[in-house]
Amino acid sequence: MTTPAQAAQELPPLGQTLTSLIGNTPLLRLAHLCPAGRLLAKAEWYNPGQSVKDRAAWNIIHQAEVAGRLKPGMELLDATSGNTGIAYAMIGASRGYKVTLCMPASVTPSRVKILKAYGAELILTDPALSSDGAILKAREMYRADPDRFFYADQYSNDNNWRAHFQSTGPEIWQQTEGRITHFVATLGTSGTFMGVSRYLKSRNPAVQVVEIQPDSPFHGLEGMKHMESSIVPAFYDPALADRKMTVRTERAYRRVVEASRREGLLLGISSGAALEGALTLCAENPQGVVVTLFPDSGVKYLSEHFWNDTLEDMTPPSGTKTP
Amino acid sequence: MTARIEIPSALQKFANNQMDVEVEGHNVQETLENLLKQHSQLRDHLYDEKGRIRSFINIYLNDEDIRYTDNLDTKVKAGDVIQIVPSIAGGQQ
Repeated sequence: MTTPAQAAQELPPLGQTLTSLIGNTPLLRLAHLCPAGRLLAKAEWYNPGQSVKDRAAWNIIHQAEVAGRLKPGMELLDATSGNTGIAYAMIGASRGYKVTLCMPASVTPSRVKILKAYGAELILTDPALSSDGAILKAREMYRADPDRFFYADQYSNDNNWRAHFQSTGPEIWQQTEGRITHFVATLGTSGTFMGVSRYLKSRNPAVQVVEIQPDSPFHGLEGMKHMESSIVPAFYDPALADRKMTVRTERAYRRVVEASRREGLLLGISSGAALEGALTLCAENPQGVVVTLFPDSGVKYLSEHFWNDTLEDMTPPSGTKTP
Repeated sequence: MTARIEIPSALQKFANNQMDVEVEGHNVQETLENLLKQHSQLRDHLYDEKGRIRSFINIYLNDEDIRYTDNLDTKVKAGDVIQIVPSIAGGQQ
């Protein structure tokens, strides 16, 4: 007779692994800001690390394990302004890797607490140099001790954009039943935009893909990059976008507040920038099906000063008509 | 009073590529205004449409956030250092 303990060993394990929860996020319809119901957004805070960065971080780690470049006992090293670091720290903890992260010292205290809670080691760099200062520090540390570290290098690692070619892009195609006409996303490492756009173009070359950057090198759009004045990610292809948009920081802030008041969605700041671009496309394309991606929620940004402003106080979204 | 204003790298091209600028002023507001008289292109980057310091910018006088002293009225002494820091990664609390 089989004992219960023996039976449990023979059966498949119960429950889900942490990394199996990454991806397959909901596609939200923003029916109040775009009443025609043609504005859709991937809610990436549904990932277990609460941001889109889980996808790239997991693919980078998983592919490195498969290739034998990340082995037990090694440390994962990278530069990150926050969400990728949280994803690395979470996945690293679940798989037994020490995680060391370089980031500007201006990172929010709440962000630091999350990273430390997962056991990551933090190397804080000059805030005046923004994320570039963190990238240079990570490169320096890796060069000094290449055997100790697996340098994940989210800005150059092709497994970043491939994560989106293999998961985010197909999800959007299926969730819109192939009816998507426009995809618009903000640029950070550009991995999301590159991977999703390449997949969508492979399914329907007529899909228009639109990238969004900050309007100036001096901005408050966390996680976004002004390419002209930054270290450009190795896999960023400036020719891929059918159109390039820029967003001023205050417009993104306003959209964040609008989304919370009118859609009940607490968005992160780059999501506000994405929403600004998506609403412009909705207004311009009355028959279009516009899809954007909200990288994270607003929970980590509640200490920002703009929450103290009323909508009337804030910069009007001039140049963009809200449908 | 002459203070030294450190210009963030992203804005140095609007200030003749200088890392810092010596500026006269009795308080932070006057000092910033005098900076803008020398380098007018900085204005749109530092102030919003309503003439307020943009909300993602933190200004430090000798390493202290002026929000927690007298804000733009904070007095400036000779040799003080003013830093203009974008809160790209969220902002100081």
